[in-house]
Order: sequence, then C-alpha cells, then structure tokens
Amino acid sequence: MKINQVLVRYGELSTKGKNRSSFIGRLRDNVRQTFSDLKGIQIKAERDRMFITSDSEQQLAQVIERLPHVFGIQSFSPVTACELDMETMKKTAEAVIAKIEDTDKSFKISVKRPFKEFPHEKPEIMKELSSHVLRVFPDLKVQMKDPEIDLKVEVRKEAVYMMAEVIQGAGGLPVGAGGKALLMLSGGLDSPVAGYHMLKRGVRLELIHFFSPPFTNERAKEKVFDLAEKLSQFGSSVNLHIIPFTQLQQEVHKQVPDNITMTSTRRMMMRVADLVMAETNCRAIITGESLGQVASQTLESLQAINAVTNTPILRPLIATDKLEIIDTAQKIGTYDISIRPFEDCCTIFTPANPKIKPKLEKVEYYENFVSFDEMIGEAVSQREVIKFPRIKENQFEDLL
Amino acid sequence: MIYLDNSATTKPKKEVLDAYMKVNELFYANPSSLHVLGNQAEDLLETARTQLKNLLHMENVVFTSGGTEANNLALIGTAQSYQHRGKHIITAETEHPSVLNSLVALERQGFNITRLPVDSSGGIHVDELKKSLQNDTILVSLMHVNNEIGTIHPIADIARLLRKRRIFFHVDAVQSIGKLIFDPTALPDLITLSAHKIHGLKGSGLLAYSGVELETIQYGGGQESGIRSGTVSVPNAVALAKALRLVEPNPLHKQWNQDLRQFFSGFNGVKIVSPKQAAPHILAVAVKGIKGEILVSGLQKESVIVSTSSACSSKTRHTSRVIQAIGLPREFKDGVIRISFGEFTTEQDIIALKTAFQRVYRMIKGV
Repeated sequence: MKINQVLVRYGELSTKGKNRSSFIGRLRDNVRQTFSDLKGIQIKAERDRMFITSDSEQQLAQVIERLPHVFGIQSFSPVTACELDMETMKKTAEAVIAKIEDTDKSFKISVKRPFKEFPHEKPEIMKELSSHVLRVFPDLKVQMKDPEIDLKVEVRKEAVYMMAEVIQGAGGLPVGAGGKALLMLSGGLDSPVAGYHMLKRGVRLELIHFFSPPFTNERAKEKVFDLAEKLSQFGSSVNLHIIPFTQLQQEVHKQVPDNITMTSTRRMMMRVADLVMAETNCRAIITGESLGQVASQTLESLQAINAVTNTPILRPLIATDKLEIIDTAQKIGTYDISIRPFEDCCTIFTPANPKIKPKLEKVEYYENFVSFDEMIGEAVSQREVIKFPRIKENQFEDLL
Repeated sequence: MIYLDNSATTKPKKEVLDAYMKVNELFYANPSSLHVLGNQAEDLLETARTQLKNLLHMENVVFTSGGTEANNLALIGTAQSYQHRGKHIITAETEHPSVLNSLVALERQGFNITRLPVDSSGGIHVDELKKSLQNDTILVSLMHVNNEIGTIHPIADIARLLRKRRIFFHVDAVQSIGKLIFDPTALPDLITLSAHKIHGLKGSGLLAYSGVELETIQYGGGQESGIRSGTVSVPNAVALAKALRLVEPNPLHKQWNQDLRQFFSGFNGVKIVSPKQAAPHILAVAVKGIKGEILVSGLQKESVIVSTSSACSSKTRHTSRVIQAIGLPREFKDGVIRISFGEFTTEQDIIALKTAFQRVYRMIKGV
C-alpha cells in the first residue's frame, strides 16, 4: 500500500465568505509554483480541501518536505487511498498504522462518510476497521479522547482516504491574496524576517536593495541574492531591484553634516523606494525597523525619514526584540546568510555620533542645497532587476 | 593486465579526470577569497556540494581527504559533541581500522566502546545490537558493506531502530556507494564516502550528515562551517560530485559473482569465504594450505591482479581481523584472496581469471 496523495487543509479561509474561491485559486497557484520542478504532480483544489497526487513516492516525499513553507495551509496529511471495499479498507488501515513506528499507543478511528450510497454505515465501518487493526496490533489501546494515533477514514465517491498523521502547515494567507508591497532588503537579520511576516499575511513582495560599489562588494550582493532566493520559497516568486547607490550616498556625505548623514541617506533610500514602488504597482513599503534598535530607529528618526513620502510604511518588526527576530531568522533559514560578514551600504559610512533625535527642519535645510531628484531618478532607471527563484542555467554543467 | 582489485581502488574515469583538470585551469582561485574569481570558485564548490547532498539525500556535506578522515570526523566529531548525553558507542569488531582506531582513541578519553561480534558470514545480529544498547549510547557505527568479504549489514533496519531511540547512526559506505542503493526512507545520520572507490580521485572523500552537530577535529581558518578548516580543494569536490553522479550499479556483477562461485566450488581445496548474501562486486575465496600472497603473485604472472583480503592491511603479517572474526577453519585462514569488480570489468576479464586460476592451482598443487 502506497501513499499516493497529500490532503491539504486550508488556513484562515473559512472566514472569507464570497472571496473564498479567489483565495483557493491563489493557494492552488502558489502550490503549483512550489512544485513546478516536479513533473507528474497533480493538484486538485476543492472547496474545503486540496489534494496533491503523484505516482512517485519520492515526489510525494518532496511535497511533504516543502509544504510546511507554503502560507495559507493549516495542516496536511499524507493519504493512502483505496477502493470502496471493506476487505481492502481493512488491509489499508493496517498498512497506514504499520507505518507508525510505535504500535503501543492509544488510538481511535474516526469515519466520515460523505458518499451516502456506500453500503456500510459509519458505526459498522468503525467497528470492522478497529477490530481488524486491534487484532493485528494487540498493543494498541483504544482511547476516544486525545488519542496519540487518530486514524481518519473518509469514504468518498471515488475512493476511501485514510490518514493517521497530521502535519502542521505554515498558517497565514496565500501569498498574493493581500496585494503587493516593496521590501527594503539590506542583507542584515531584520529585513528578511519583516518580509516573511508580510508574506505570511498574504502580501506578495518586490525587493529593493541599495548597492554601493566599490564600498560594498560582490559578496554582499551574493548575500542579498541568497536572501531573495529564500524569500522566494514561500509560495511566490519575487523581483529584486538592485539600486546603484554610490553616487547618491557620496553626495549626501558632501552636503550634510556628519551626524545627520544617516538620516539623510535613509530619506534618499525612501525616495528611491517610493518611485520603484509606484512603478511596480506596490501599495506599501516594508522595512525591518525595530524601535530603539539603532540610532535610525527612534521615533524622532522614523518621523524624519518618513517625512519624504505619503506611502504607508509597514514595519512588522517595530515592537519585536532582537532575540525574537533571530529566532524567526533561524526558523526560516535566513540567519546563516544574514550573519555573513560583508559591509552593506548602511554600515560603510556610519558616522561616529549619529543624531538619535534628528530635527526634521535641520535635515530638510541641509538637503535643500542640492536637487537630489535627478540623481534619484537616475538611480531608479539604472537599477538591475532579477527574478527569484533564479532559473540558474547551470554554468557548471559540463564539469559536474 | 586484468584488474580485479577494485575494492582497493578503482581506475579514475576520463570524465572525472577531465573535470578535475578543467577546474584547476579555470577555477583555481581560493573559494574563500572575496574577489570575483573567488566568488566563482565558491559558486562551483557549492553547486558540487548541492549535487552531492541531493544524490545522497543528506542535509550537509563536508569535504575530507578521504574515507579515513571522514570516519575520524564522524566518530570523534559526534562523540565530542554529544558526550554530555552519554559515552557509550557501539561498533562491530570487523570495521575498518579508521573506525576501530578512532574508537581506541575515544576509549582513552573515557568513552565506553562495545564491539559487536560477527557470525561466520561476517554479519552482526540486529537483536544483539538491540541488547547492547544502553541509556548512555550516543552513536552506532557500522560499515554498509565489508571491504574484505562483502557482507552487507541491514542498514535500513538499524537506522529505523536507532532513530526511534534518538541514537546517531554512522555508516561507512565506502564499499557500497555506487554498488548498493540506500533505502531513502531509512537513512543513517552520517555517511562516509571515498572518491577513489567510485572511479574518482585518491585524496578526496566526504562526510554527509543530517541533524547532527559535529565538533571539529581540525583547527584553522574556519572553512567548511568550521568543521574542517583548510582551503577546500574545489577540483576534488567537483571530481567527487562527478564521480558520484556517473557511478552506477552493474547488474552483471551479480551474474559474474554467481558464475565464479560455481567455478570455485568445482575445486576440492577451495572454500568460498564471502557469504551468500554478499555485495555482488566482492568475492573472497580461500585455498586450503596455500598462502594468499602466493596465489596473488601466481595470478599476477598470468596477468590477473587480485588482492589478499584487504589492501589496507596486506602489508602487516598477521591474519586480518575480519578473517579471524568469521572463524574460518585454520587451514584456509592464510589462503584468502579477494576478487573485486569495477565498472571497467568485462566478461573477458572473468573468463581470463578462470583460466589463470586453473593454471595457477594446477601448478601449485603439482597436478
């Protein structure tokens, strides 16, 4: 008896009323994209369940490995399907239980019978299957409340489905259901985690990164590529916009006093991001800012930086501690990338004594002497856009 | 020369050598360097690593100088890292010296080692293993296929048993990779692999592992996530990835093995040492009252290369540990030779071996 299917239970969708079908469609597309490299997988999205089917056990193992990263899924179960026949059902139940390593646990069988024409009634099915299973595994103990093994049997028109395992999904909403926003991705620990939180709420991401060669090098860029790649593995592809930022950054340093360069640089970034956001049909900008973490993340700083735009700036991490952020980064696999020690454009020109309470009027006054508009426009137009997951033409193919 | 000593080493494939040369010419930069050439070399290294991880179904791969270093790292690295959980390690008495001697070193540090005995087929019994498990057992190390006589250990069963009890399982797969297929539903936690046994290059191997934190046994600049410092040889890594991708079990090995078993059982004074269920590419036989080295040199005169029981211990005088352990009758003990096939072995080689053996046997026995 083989597992030939994975049954997927939807997340928050039950509250979505009339928009339900668009949510399910979105989730189906995301699941399809997640497994686009596995040919031979079939995805069928029904009103309350999704079924992923394949003849290859190896492909199903891949499905089980990747599904916990797809948002909008409450939980899923590897399913063994069999014909609507009592004897086959007994054998199948036996095989499903046999897969569980300890067969001295408490257990119960619950039966659903949406296919009413099936000649056996629910209590009969339950009785037949349990007595067979208990005969084969005499160490199992029947327990109706919170058993360790809950063998679920669903009798449907096309087949009987059995499952004994429930694996937690990522929860949240299917990515894309909540529109699109632009994430400012630095290469540090915070911004990928901020992106992850928004993905979980169904927001599709565009990414923007400020690149200042030769002050920041290829390795720093590679790091951002790897982070983008990770973020693209949560059910939706992402575009990364690499902004050539050296000239703007140098100009800021020429124009404004040292202790407010940081505020001013961030204002420039925000202005650049605003333009990219509009061009890519995003509805908001996301940052990884967390209150009080560094000088640029005081309320006064945030206010001064924010003043250049009317766009909603989403800061999902604003009230989280560094340790919580690190935990999430480890969980989602960005931690090891983020801690690689390369300079990014925020660290290269850090002044010795940045103002933690910059005055907006002063910042505006100093910036006033140069028109940054043209340079900002140029940076935006000269940006490099890369799509993730990267379709890597394997340049090393002949070597490996 | 007809080469039938593939368990000692295999001839590198041309494709593997080509890859090695090309990487040395084009991607010679240090993969840890910051510049663009370093970056390219690192990309290539990581692509090779990913390929290996996928082929082996493992989460991590650390490149080593070969099987011996990988075994050392697996045992000492795991033991040091988990000694707070316990100090008991289990192995079999017929393991490779790189495993047994690492364990002797650990024993000196206060670890407690159980060396399971083997039966006449060279195999341990799973029940015996079960019985020797203790509350403080942290690691079990076994080879998948014995290098001298080809015994196969039931790796998947043991992996399932140990996983339930959260005991790490290391498998020295040097002799089995490319010959036998791992059950992907019951993999060990650590796997040792050596390139030159799969038509790759000597001086290169790896330890693949999942879910284990290893303590380093080699200190330096922190390469390979700090587990194995030292500049990584990108050409070796690529050649290993290529060798593993190209290696394939040859269904003919089984047929030749059976054919030779039948052939040797036609001789009165010849005993087949390999168990019935052995790996197909290794066949050990023994001739009564004749030293193995005489057979080896006799066959060599007939242009056929085979070996005494194991190349690693063939220059020491005493009988190999494995031959001792399986309890071979005294008159056969010294007469063991090992015939092992590789991917370049042909039907003609088998025929030539048979002819050569007949002549040598007749000559020695004076018939």
